[in-house]
Amino acid sequence: MNARSGLVFVGLGLSGVDGMTVKALRALKDCDEIFAEFYTSTLIGTDVSELEDALGKKIKVLHRLQVEEDDEIIRQAKESRVAFITAGDTMAATTHVDLKIQAAEEGIPVEVVHGVSIFSACPTALGLQPYKFGRTVTLPFLEENYHPRSPYDNLLDNKSRGLHSMVLLDIRADEMRYMTAHQALEWLLEAEKKWKGGLLQDDTLVCVAARLGATDEMIAAGYPKDILELDLGEPLHTLVIPGNLHFMESFALVRFANAPEEIIEDE
Amino acid sequence: MGRKEDNIKKASLLIKKPEFIRNIGTAAHIDHGKTTFSDNLIAGAGMMSDELSGKQRLLDFDEQEQARGITINAANASMVHTYKGHDYLINLIDTPGHVDFGGDVTRAMRALDGAFILACAVEGVMPQTETVIRQAMKERVKPLLFINKVDRLINELQVTPEAMMEKFTKIITEFNKRVNALLPAPLNKEWQVKVENGTVAFGSAYHNWAISVPYMKKSGISFKDAFDYCAQGKQKELAKKSPLHEVLLDMAITHIQNPLDAQKVRIPVIWKGDENSELGKQMLNCDPDGDVTLMVNKIIMDPHAGEVAIGRLFSGTVTRGQTLWVSGMPNPQRVQTVAMSVGADRIPVTECCAGNIVAISGLKDAIAGSTVSTIRDMEPFEKITHYSEPVVTKAVEAKHMKDLPKLVEVLRSVAKADPSLNIEINNETGEHLLSGMGELHLEITEYRIVNEQGIEIVSSPPIVVYQESVKGHAGPFEGKSPNKHNKFYIEVEPMPQAVLDAIKAGDISTTGKIKDPKAVARQLVELGMDKEVAKGLVAFKDNNMFLDCSKGVQNLFETMELCKQAFEEAMSKGPLAGEKVAAVMVKLMDAKLHEDTIHRGPAQVIPAVRSGIYGAMCQAGRILREPVQKVFINVPQDNMGDAVREVQSRRGIIEDMGQDGPNAIVAATVPVADMFGFASAIRGATQGRALWSTENSGFVPVPNELQPNVVKEIRNRKGLNPEPYDAGYYSA
Ligand SMILES: Nc1nc2c(ncn2[C@@H]2O[C@H](COP(=O)(O)OP(=O)(O)OP(=O)(O)O)[C@@H](O)[C@H]2O)c(=O)[nH]1
Ligand SMILES: [Mg+2]
Repeated sequence: MNARSGLVFVGLGLSGVDGMTVKALRALKDCDEIFAEFYTSTLIGTDVSELEDALGKKIKVLHRLQVEEDDEIIRQAKESRVAFITAGDTMAATTHVDLKIQAAEEGIPVEVVHGVSIFSACPTALGLQPYKFGRTVTLPFLEENYHPRSPYDNLLDNKSRGLHSMVLLDIRADEMRYMTAHQALEWLLEAEKKWKGGLLQDDTLVCVAARLGATDEMIAAGYPKDILELDLGEPLHTLVIPGNLHFMESFALVRFANAPEEIIEDE
Repeated sequence: MGRKEDNIKKASLLIKKPEFIRNIGTAAHIDHGKTTFSDNLIAGAGMMSDELSGKQRLLDFDEQEQARGITINAANASMVHTYKGHDYLINLIDTPGHVDFGGDVTRAMRALDGAFILACAVEGVMPQTETVIRQAMKERVKPLLFINKVDRLINELQVTPEAMMEKFTKIITEFNKRVNALLPAPLNKEWQVKVENGTVAFGSAYHNWAISVPYMKKSGISFKDAFDYCAQGKQKELAKKSPLHEVLLDMAITHIQNPLDAQKVRIPVIWKGDENSELGKQMLNCDPDGDVTLMVNKIIMDPHAGEVAIGRLFSGTVTRGQTLWVSGMPNPQRVQTVAMSVGADRIPVTECCAGNIVAISGLKDAIAGSTVSTIRDMEPFEKITHYSEPVVTKAVEAKHMKDLPKLVEVLRSVAKADPSLNIEINNETGEHLLSGMGELHLEITEYRIVNEQGIEIVSSPPIVVYQESVKGHAGPFEGKSPNKHNKFYIEVEPMPQAVLDAIKAGDISTTGKIKDPKAVARQLVELGMDKEVAKGLVAFKDNNMFLDCSKGVQNLFETMELCKQAFEEAMSKGPLAGEKVAAVMVKLMDAKLHEDTIHRGPAQVIPAVRSGIYGAMCQAGRILREPVQKVFINVPQDNMGDAVREVQSRRGIIEDMGQDGPNAIVAATVPVADMFGFASAIRGATQGRALWSTENSGFVPVPNELQPNVVKEIRNRKGLNPEPYDAGYYSA
């Protein structure tokens, strides 16, 4: 341990080199070593080398196993000032609080520099009020022996209480697989067929936010059939299943997300 | 028309008359004369020359069988016998006696209604004799006793007629004791054998004669006469007066039930569907007009016809071109040929009806043990479980690169034909693991791959199959997921003996999905398990069990399949040496899960549960178990010391020593690991004077002082760290 020991968690925001805060940029410039994790979320619109150029530093990108099973970050942070960077915010959709606890237990000074997270960007982009969101769920790619039902149940639970649901989609950066909004809708339509809770009907409004934060970001709202026909472009996508809409929310969806006008009359 | 052709014609008429059919097999300890006996019947029935019978072993037509003088494959042969003016069709299966091929006997029993159990007059009831009686009783196959090699008793051991009778009485008493213990009333009394009613016969298969009380009345040849003929070297004459095939085929026809009657006794035992259903009645009644229900007991590779399935038809009529379903398989199968077996020949017939043993080609998806039917998802017959499991493994690979894919194909078809083999295909390394019941079993399998399939292979020396288990109870042990967001608390302990016994006896089935978990849980409670614990039954893997004893853990249900997968993986590769785990009970006591599905997928849950199980096993004390064999040696007194020394130099424990005339009998238990090369060693040590046989006798713990070294050896061989990990490693 020495005067420069320390671990700073830096959220890079949603996209590009310029998605991070000025504070984040300063913190990174002041670091001796930078570790990055992009398997739980990826930074769109840029790549590691562009980031390295902007910072004038090398970035060591870690695989899942290196983060989960190695203690390289902790070891380095004892000797020098280390930054751990992720897309979005390091403690939001990505869950790295365990690393923070571990570092603190080792007596390493820790600091967090917040980044823009999908948790705020998505409601913001769609004009939905963050107060009215229920539990967030993630849809995983189905695997042998793993067909979880809880995402569906949680969404249904939110809906029954009139709450909006943000649906995050599986990211398998190591396999180059990113769930798209279309795949997610199909996932949910299959689930609906199986469990018949009435979550998704032909006239259920759903919203999509694609590549939030990037210059070509896109949002859309409509019925499942219409959304399935839309070209939403590259990942990353996020889905929202709105609950009861406040009139201001309906206006915003129609105005900005091309939702059918009738959702206003329905209110 | 020759006699053989004439018989074939008669047979093809008789297959439609179940009341004139008898399905019967031979079963005995190795070398007690089953094949010689079967040849007698076939020759007597005019299917081969009388001269050759007793000498040729027609049914051991396989090249390896001829070379080694033992039976390897259960062989089918049908013959016609006339009794009291009626023609009868006898469908015979001659089974192997060597323990390595015991699975074939178990499967053959399923096709039979009766069995000639042979006992050598000199050796008497041997361990393998007991085993075959057990197999027959389990399948409700009625036993008849033939005491063979009586000529040896008289000519070699020169016993008096009184001593001979005494010997016979002893064999019969021991035989009946087993029957009595293995059957429920009233069968346990009804199926005992008695000299007076002709369910026992005596004779010499080698010299083609036999006597029984009923036949004495016909031939006028008494025990005393038979003894004298023998002692005076006039066995040929005796064979004319009291020919084995007449005596024994008469016996089969009188005492073995025809399929119509036999199936009423057998179906309730071998099929657990509803007896009052349409199908149930058809099978009980052996109805030729009903749905086809067939159980395959053997697959043979025919150079021309390809895979031929041999099985017992319990109802319906099989015809060429018919569509049949193999239970559990998605594709319909088309019957290409239907045939009956006569020695090495198969005689095509247009159709074959209920009550027969039939050979069918075209059932591509069938394996030995498959249920086949015209009904797509018929409730399958009870699984045929063999009492003993593979104990020896060899690694095999193709010698030439070009054979790599072909070898995989061949191994798959070998596995289909012989369910006693355990084959692990490894496409990455090309080194496949072949596990079997013994050294010989693997040798024969290799021979077939090379000589019958034409693929040259390189194989490792044989390696013993070990098992891992635990000494005591331990846990809860915390297994963490790699992302540290999920925790599983696991306890392990040895499986209760009563449950192990029930699994071994086949009362609890551990293969496939548990159909009625509640019923199995009730069974476990009856066996003494706590009700709350038994209720949590999730899965079996071999004779290990996984139970969920947690209470109210949210979302646990959707990771349960993953927990089960982790359990299965952990049980097939133990923490000590990567060997299979046996007799361990694994309980999930509690779990803490991350809220989001993405953070508790397979990549997180499987390693977490596995670490929990491994860690708990470390704390419970890991033991390695090795297979042992019972070895029985019959050797002249002068060489007894040599035989005992040979056994003792192989970590053998002498269990019993006895006397058999001028010979000594030694019974011992020896670890399989030290039995390699025993055949030539004992021959050398006793100048070839020892007769011996073995029987697999389960697994016992490796002695404490040897365990670390054996573990190290296995780990080295597998390319693992020489030292196994400790509990600390699994809690990290
Ligand atoms: N003296 C004498 N020898 C016999 C008699 N029956 C069979 N043998 C001999 O015993 C040996 C074994 O006979 P098999 O008919 O091959 O015995 P098996 O029971 O079929 O043997 P496996 O199928 O290998 O278990 C052979 O050498 C036979 O010639 C008999 O009645 N008397
Ligand atoms: Mg034989």
